[in-house]
Amino acid sequence: MSTNVAGALAVALLVAALVITYRPLGDHMYRVYTDRRHLRIERAIYRLTGVHPDSGQRWPVYARGVLAFSLVSVLLLYLLERVQSHLPLGLGFAGVAPPLAWNTAVSFMTNTNWQAYSGESTMGHLVQMAGLAVQNFLSAAVGISVAIAVVRGLTRRRALASAGDPGRSGDPGRPSRGGAAGRAGGAAGGGGPGSTGDELGNFWVDLTRTVIRILLPVCVLAAIVLIAGGAIQNLHGDRVVATLAGGHQTITGGPVASQEAIKEFGTNGGGFYNVNSAHPFENPTSWTNLFEIYLLLAIAFSLPRAFGRMAGDRRQGLAIVSVMAVLALGSFAIGAAFQAVHHGTVPTAVGAATEGTETRFGVPNSSLFASATTLTSTGAVNSFHDSYTSLGGATLLFNMMLGEVAPGGTGSGLYGMLVLAVVTVFVAGLMIGRTPEYLGKRIGSREIRFAALYFLITPILALLGTGIAMGLPGERAGMLNSGAHGLSEVLYAFTSAANNNGSAFAGIGVNTTWYNTALGLVMLFGRLLPMLFVLGMAGSFARQEPVPVTAGTLPTHRPQFAGMLAAVAVVLVALTFFPALALGPLAEGIHS
Amino acid sequence: MFARLPGWARQHLAALRILLVFTVVVGLAYPLAILAIAQLPGLHGRAEGSFVTDAAGHRVGSSLIGQDFTDASGNPVPGYFQSRPSAAGGGYDPTSTSASNLGPEDVADSFDDPATRGVDESRQSLLTQVCTRSHDIGAFDGADGRRPYCTASGVGAVLAVYHAGPGFTGRVTKVVSVNELCPTRPFLVTYAGVPVSCRTLADDITAGRQVLIRGDAPARPAVPADAVTASGSGLDPQISTAYADLQVARVARARGLAPARVQSLVKAHTSGRALGFLGEPAVNVLNLNRALDALTPARQ
Repeated sequence: MSTNVAGALAVALLVAALVITYRPLGDHMYRVYTDRRHLRIERAIYRLTGVHPDSGQRWPVYARGVLAFSLVSVLLLYLLERVQSHLPLGLGFAGVAPPLAWNTAVSFMTNTNWQAYSGESTMGHLVQMAGLAVQNFLSAAVGISVAIAVVRGLTRRRALASAGDPGRSGDPGRPSRGGAAGRAGGAAGGGGPGSTGDELGNFWVDLTRTVIRILLPVCVLAAIVLIAGGAIQNLHGDRVVATLAGGHQTITGGPVASQEAIKEFGTNGGGFYNVNSAHPFENPTSWTNLFEIYLLLAIAFSLPRAFGRMAGDRRQGLAIVSVMAVLALGSFAIGAAFQAVHHGTVPTAVGAATEGTETRFGVPNSSLFASATTLTSTGAVNSFHDSYTSLGGATLLFNMMLGEVAPGGTGSGLYGMLVLAVVTVFVAGLMIGRTPEYLGKRIGSREIRFAALYFLITPILALLGTGIAMGLPGERAGMLNSGAHGLSEVLYAFTSAANNNGSAFAGIGVNTTWYNTALGLVMLFGRLLPMLFVLGMAGSFARQEPVPVTAGTLPTHRPQFAGMLAAVAVVLVALTFFPALALGPLAEGIHS
Repeated sequence: MFARLPGWARQHLAALRILLVFTVVVGLAYPLAILAIAQLPGLHGRAEGSFVTDAAGHRVGSSLIGQDFTDASGNPVPGYFQSRPSAAGGGYDPTSTSASNLGPEDVADSFDDPATRGVDESRQSLLTQVCTRSHDIGAFDGADGRRPYCTASGVGAVLAVYHAGPGFTGRVTKVVSVNELCPTRPFLVTYAGVPVSCRTLADDITAGRQVLIRGDAPARPAVPADAVTASGSGLDPQISTAYADLQVARVARARGLAPARVQSLVKAHTSGRALGFLGEPAVNVLNLNRALDALTPARQ
């Protein structure tokens, strides 16, 4: 069987697996976020932490919860890294230096998992397990929680609300503040715990349920599957063996499989080792490779189903997921084609784009991983993007510039796509003179302002950061490659940080105070500001009474709308990033 | 119990408590539970690292982690199948895993300037690395080591062409072979009617137009792609079947075995595509070499 046919069959199997899980996983998530009961373990957690699980939160309270949680997450992780030499299982590594510890703490809290360090020579087992991997779970859960809150805001039907729990403020341990009696009532579509009036749910409940009911059970199974494939799970330090040829080799240990599972399933991407999923202990075989790709796509591709059900119209979810699928397949096909024809000087000399790829995966399955990881916010790699063909690498950059909405990160992909849908409705409304409304909610100036801010912040961070770095001689010197490819390295770094991806054109030397600080800030703003804007938008949608569907309403479940949505996504990116792409990978790709 | 604190402080305290609870649940209980499950027979050996032993029962490595099969001075041992090039530390070092991260148009070498003592500015371009490996493997395994854009001596065939101007127009004034430091004789005698000179440290090659010379090497070189490119991990335990086949004759000769015997061992250590279509067929080098050692000693 030819390499390309085998590659196509691998994609077919992946698509089939995702199609099969769309419904059950989406339905499961729908039930998780609309269930009025709490599991026993969840009740125990709420009791331990003083959370009132049945109180709803309006958007400012929900957002403050996200911010507070992010702050303490960064602080605790920073602390763990700094004192690791005094902790058990530290493997003798020194405490992580402050700039790197800051960068890494922010990186894992923001679901970016940008790694300016090399895992096997920096982090002890305890920091990996109880620091980094904890944020792998929690940052993914925060993303999904925010997405669900946004969906609740969009789908809130106050008119249909049944009388219920009088509103209580979501501040833990605090009696009523926000929920006036007039706003009391549950939401239709089983709006979840604490549904009163214009509230978006309870952040602590969403967070807890995401971890306990979705992430943890799947990760337990996935970790066992990965061990069966050869991924390691032990607490050993280095073990030295005498090799056949008479030398010595130091073989590393670690709790890798448990971390690998959530690294993919939570679209985190922070490798236990420096070389991430190219490492045979993280990704031992060609089938674990496809399994990992599946894991990192599963939640993001299934969330639209949960969205559709919460909206009371499954077709709305289908429209969103079909746009994600078309963009993803299109981008993958282009990227994989560039790798297969291996245009460029070194790839031509070699005869294939094999630099930086593993033999067991081959080029097609490496391209597939690379597309999946940049289309989501994962950033794990099984091959090294810096050595990709110029145009193959450009495709990966483009995927991230798309804002990671096809299908995007856990949660962030869905809310990104919903903001795009709002923009599309607005643009369509301008073109045909209809009042823009999405799911019965009018898009007024307040909502579109939030949507515009959401879309401006990431390119500003990515392009401004790249510009400043290129203007500073010391930071320019961090490039491993020279010329256009060097610019691509810097552009990739800031695009990856601003979009919370975490993959890199890894030749660039970024473990410097400047890069650690700057990229840390970019990751922080690139994560939290869009979340605030999208929660603000959801809050103002939640206040609205939905308008009835009329002949003048633009249907948002038809192919026509899906096509417009895809076009808006691509055009927005092209207009924003084309000049930067032209100076970097495109210049490199067309010169020879 | 914290009712007297202001709202923001209470909120952060709640956040901290949730974080600590989850640190225990997913940061300790979860990985330790997986660790416990990993002790089950069938999983245990893999979870430990898939170690393999020699006839005496000593651990000689992991079947998932590649090794260098070179002697103390770094030369390949003819009786062993050779692994791919590795960018992990000094080669196949699991404490320093890495890819080369060099780009597809990285074609110009840098050379050490003796004037700056203590600082080594030299760096081989990815193109020259590929050309050198192909040249050396060709010589080692008795195959044609030529590749497109490579000189016969095994460096990148790259010229810097200087023009009278303006820009890269007008008469050609000087041509330098970028990757051949003087006194090496350039791979090309003349270009555009101008004699090609070897490179000196004084040459500013970025001022010239970069011209790549394709040469007459076949588009499908005899030395396979994986043999001349570094893997992503630097620990790739496998090579392509094509690279294994290329090495059969040399290994058989070094060990005094019939080539057919060695070829059948290669076949026995080749794993096909998972499910018939995932990844690429590949040969596990460590396991193959262990099987050879079980037949005959490596060094004669």
